[in-house]
Amino acid sequence: MTLEVRNLQTHFHTKAGVVRAVDGVSFSVAEGKILGLVGESGSGKSVTGFSIMGLVDPPGRIVGGQVLFQGRDIVGLPEAEIRKLRGNRIAMIFQDPMMTLNPVLKVETQMIEAIRAHADVDRKTAWTRARDALGQVGIPSPEERLASYPHQFSGGMRQRVAIAIALLNKPDLIVADEPTTALDVTIQGQILYEVQKLARETRTALIWITHDLSVVASLADEICVMYAGRIVERGSVDEVLDAPAHPYTAGLIGSVPSRNAKGQPLTQIPGVMPSMLNLPSGCAFRLRCAHADARCEVAPPEPVGPRGVRCVRPLAGPRTGAAA
Amino acid sequence: MTVFIIRRLMQSGLVLLLMSLIVFFGVFAIGDPVEIFIAADADQAERERAIAALGLDRPIWEQYFFFVANALKGDLGRSFVFNMPSIDLILMRLPATLELALVAVAMSVLIGVPLGMYAGYRPDSVGAKTIMAGSIFGFSLPTFWVGLMLILIFAVELGWLPSTGRGELGTFLGVQSSLFTWNGLSHLFLPALNLALFNISLVIRLTRAGMRENLPMDYVKFARAKGLSQRRVVLVHVLKNILIPIVTVVGLEIGQVIAFAVVTETIFAWPGMGKLIIDSINNLDRPVIVAYLLIIVIMFIVINLIVDILYSILDPRVRLGDMGK
Repeated sequence: MTLEVRNLQTHFHTKAGVVRAVDGVSFSVAEGKILGLVGESGSGKSVTGFSIMGLVDPPGRIVGGQVLFQGRDIVGLPEAEIRKLRGNRIAMIFQDPMMTLNPVLKVETQMIEAIRAHADVDRKTAWTRARDALGQVGIPSPEERLASYPHQFSGGMRQRVAIAIALLNKPDLIVADEPTTALDVTIQGQILYEVQKLARETRTALIWITHDLSVVASLADEICVMYAGRIVERGSVDEVLDAPAHPYTAGLIGSVPSRNAKGQPLTQIPGVMPSMLNLPSGCAFRLRCAHADARCEVAPPEPVGPRGVRCVRPLAGPRTGAAA
Repeated sequence: MTVFIIRRLMQSGLVLLLMSLIVFFGVFAIGDPVEIFIAADADQAERERAIAALGLDRPIWEQYFFFVANALKGDLGRSFVFNMPSIDLILMRLPATLELALVAVAMSVLIGVPLGMYAGYRPDSVGAKTIMAGSIFGFSLPTFWVGLMLILIFAVELGWLPSTGRGELGTFLGVQSSLFTWNGLSHLFLPALNLALFNISLVIRLTRAGMRENLPMDYVKFARAKGLSQRRVVLVHVLKNILIPIVTVVGLEIGQVIAFAVVTETIFAWPGMGKLIIDSINNLDRPVIVAYLLIIVIMFIVINLIVDILYSILDPRVRLGDMGK
């Protein structure tokens, strides 16, 4: 198993109170597999990604749980130790390609430093590797592009550069935080295809964080749906998308426009994500849930196993969450 | 780049022309130097001879054209008081002011940037809070008072450093300066510090603000996600981004420090241009005032040009062809 996250808790200690952005999340990704981490804004999916990277900034802190990377718990490792993994064995791709590259440094500088941070190679060798990585992600005439600055690239090209940087040291795990959200649909398709191909070829485990179910549908092997800092449903892509058990997952699927339901109004999930400072007791989703009743006021049990749901009244599929 | 410089030089010529007009007519309006030079008991004939000798009997526009024609030949007039070319007079005093200004600006960068970076990097630490409180003092205490206090403490009480003059001059590559002898440096330290204090505070606050603004940005997190050391992230990635506003302010500082070193030069009896201009204003020594102001204008023009070129080096998104349109 490349990555195993066990009961991860990342909390933000703010003046207004403790925000449990990630509250007991567990999942795992095997070599060469793609996990889709799906949820609305504020569900804690990005914080989960940063927690794996050890890049949670104060006032946030990992307060509990384990992140086992190739069997070793990397939570609380000294900064120098975790830095050896970052960008080397575990890489990350960010959401907004316009913001992730440093505007005042050449692309080659930003790529070469990523290689030389982890391997004792001379500039020339590093440069060659950088050039090959740019070619690999489909950037034409990589020699010339290396000497360019980020503003001379389009958004899609910048994201390719960011992906190339993530791939530079042939990592075992890539955390991709909504990397296609800021891109055109056509570019999105190309990037999805290429990332999938590269991950399969290199047997890299991939965590794809997104709010867009249609993206993971074509990409991922497994899906974890997050709500208010917790995983509410998990399973293989087919299981979750074809037979969602949690009313929240069903709501997310219902709100994706599809060709079959042309002319029909989309079903919406009523209300908004509750404030993380003031979550309802029991099931965090119950105030927005059409199926909720008195039983939902008690916290639902932890989903276990590869297919699971955090709900006492699941819609269909497995009944792992409830004794009923 | 070449086009930019040519266009900038043309603009500068225009600025210089307008400034010479304003300065020339402005100085003309503030008083009659003849009253100061000529003995009170001189008779009318003597007065007129003196006025004619100075060229002051001509209409003002004729005086101005005469001045511009000479200025183009590098002659900015003769000082009434010293009876020598005013440009030579200023250039004699220029090195003293220049070395004072450069040391002050170097201090403001070398002290201000590291302190500001620390204060921005660890904003809640005691050190950062001390630095920021100190910068408020540096901002608000008047130069003349700080100068007197520096003299009182380091020259009078402790006796560590001299309080007046330039000290021994050393010669290096044909340039005479206090920078090249220990004695000269010891003379330079207090006035330069006095002059730098405000600017150090300014640079601290600017650097801190830049750090606070840049550290939460995605590119910083991405650089860290690549596994770079914190040192490289801050000293290469962040520093290069915050240098642009710092270069702007430091550029302005150089001009400002040269032009307005008057107070410091007076307190520390530093034989620079500031003292010369104050004396010249008191004596209504018009050619010196006009020449001084024009040299300062040229200096600002040159500094701004250098700053603009530095921008394009620091920030690849700035293209010089688009500037100054």
